Amino acid sequence: MRLFLNAIALRGPGLEGWAASAPILTGNTPYLAAPTFIPPAILLPPNERRRAPQTVKLALAVGAEAFGNAGIAPTTCPAVFASSGGDGETIHEILATLAGPVRELSPTRFHNSVHNVAAGYWSIATGSKTPATSLCAHDGSFVAGLLEAGAQALAAEGDVVLIAYDLPYPEPLASARHIGAPFASTLLLSRAAASRSLARLDIDLCTPRVHACRVPALEEMRRTIPAARVLPLLEALARSEATTVTLDYLDDLALAVQVTPL
Amino acid sequence: MKPLLISGLSLVSALGDGLDATWQALHDGRSALAPCQFETLPIDAWTGEAPALDAPLPPSFAAFDCRNNRLAARALAVDGFEQKVARAVAKYGARRVGVFTGTSTSGILNTERAYAARNPQTGALPEGFAYAQTHNTHALGRFVRARLGLAGVSFTLSTACAATAKLFAVAARMIGTGLCDAAVIGGADSFCDTTLLGFHALGVMAQGPCRPFDEARNGISIGEAAGFALLERAQKTTGPDELLLFGAGESADAYHMSSPDPNGTGAATAMRQALTDAGLAPEAIDYINLHGTATLVGDSAEDKAVTSIFGPTTPRSSTKGFTGHTLGAAGMVGAAIAALAVQHDFLPGSPHTRQLDPAFAPGHLLTGRATKARRVMCNAFGFGGVNCSFILGSEAQ
Repeated sequence: MRLFLNAIALRGPGLEGWAASAPILTGNTPYLAAPTFIPPAILLPPNERRRAPQTVKLALAVGAEAFGNAGIAPTTCPAVFASSGGDGETIHEILATLAGPVRELSPTRFHNSVHNVAAGYWSIATGSKTPATSLCAHDGSFVAGLLEAGAQALAAEGDVVLIAYDLPYPEPLASARHIGAPFASTLLLSRAAASRSLARLDIDLCTPRVHACRVPALEEMRRTIPAARVLPLLEALARSEATTVTLDYLDDLALAVQVTPL
Repeated sequence: MKPLLISGLSLVSALGDGLDATWQALHDGRSALAPCQFETLPIDAWTGEAPALDAPLPPSFAAFDCRNNRLAARALAVDGFEQKVARAVAKYGARRVGVFTGTSTSGILNTERAYAARNPQTGALPEGFAYAQTHNTHALGRFVRARLGLAGVSFTLSTACAATAKLFAVAARMIGTGLCDAAVIGGADSFCDTTLLGFHALGVMAQGPCRPFDEARNGISIGEAAGFALLERAQKTTGPDELLLFGAGESADAYHMSSPDPNGTGAATAMRQALTDAGLAPEAIDYINLHGTATLVGDSAEDKAVTSIFGPTTPRSSTKGFTGHTLGAAGMVGAAIAALAVQHDFLPGSPHTRQLDPAFAPGHLLTGRATKARRVMCNAFGFGGVNCSFILGSEAQ
């Protein structure tokens, strides 16, 4: 699969936007640990902004950043949302209520519990009527999203946006499913090169092998946050390196991405 | 798109195990809806419960054991589906067969039970709680891939009630990329308290059985189902009995998280794009299997959208009165009913719909009709404003 990468966004612990993060990924600026900053969802109308859970705010923040970086509007771009879970806080609240004495759910909380909650709010926030999808492959959700976004880009005229994100669950689910910190990235992909293209990506399946991040703090994220499995690719892009990175996917299958900076 | 061959298809729902049982019920106009036994609700809610999900999965799949994966396992075991997948593996290799599943709630029932059994001192979930194999959205895809011995590309789509419908578009694109030669698509949605009490909280569950497009419709009946399809590239010439996927269309409402756009604009876009993708005019469609969950606004929006494209008379019905609304699995129920309509030249009616809303087009079938059916459109819409339509059928004259 040959794709062109047209914009990047990134948000994670100590990583606030692509422009500020790229020098950290190259190793030129030291990594400083800080909690992930999740800005308010200013794209949403006030009513929806109040109801939107953290997952949505994080996904919308990196979506908006990528389109800002690309200088194009999101209204014509099909969107793929990839996450290893839905909104953990919402799901926990529902489960706790169901296990409690008064088993009455909030309607808003119920519709916020669907895996495609970020995709739904994205459509409302951007007014985009192009398809928005939402998918999961447990720890391999980022690569799954890249494959689906890539397949859509090959069938589309313009850009397809991939927004991949994960947030930790509260306890007791956190003990059964550890996710290191809130983390999200966005890639804008197309099948044809554009003047704003940053790199060409040639993608194929391969057998798994560990491709660690060079900065230890980033490697810690890669190992503990499913969405952070994008980091070896982002490292290569930040360094403008012509190289092939291997991204972890399933137990028996990985993804080789040959990066050619443009 | 170039039509894809649907070389395997299976369904388990409240109507029974397999396509033959489904066909008998459709033909006889026999609904499977009954008063809800699964959860106590303060209304007279009816559901389409899949019977006999009590037997655990075999020991080698013990970690995956939950109601949703049991239902999926049942659908893999009927209609010769596993054997057809084995033939595809022999032909292409396990790594060249993709697995794309769809579900809305996966095995969350298991987690509901685990929360009820939390340690009273520490709040910890019970020993042996298997998040990845039961709760996670992709627990379903992981289970199906392992159960079928596949080693190809895989993920689980979760776009609420349009999850499995969208998989037809996913499979067509993925086979188009060359990353796989064939694709197993499908999924399962099964009862859990989150779903039943959640839809109750939204105030959209019907008193009694759902009555799609009835003037007295008052909400949905929830059902359980699992179904799978095997898709491959079609040969240059296809036999008249071969089932084909002709096209799919997708859109977003950009309107509200849990209410459809009352004008049905997004729904109409998905239907038009499915026709464009298939290279077909609206007149080429012999029957439309509607999403029609029997909500006031949803049915009205879909009727507007369908009529705006097809006019008032193209035969159409919602079959939710047979099976209930099977949420993420609804796309597979639609596909199975479309396949049966084409195979038997029979268009199903809508049990429990007594008096068509006079505001709606006359094309709605309340009872089954024996008539030629070559190409069928299926609609599925979901929370988040997700719309998907796809077209199945045969090349028979």
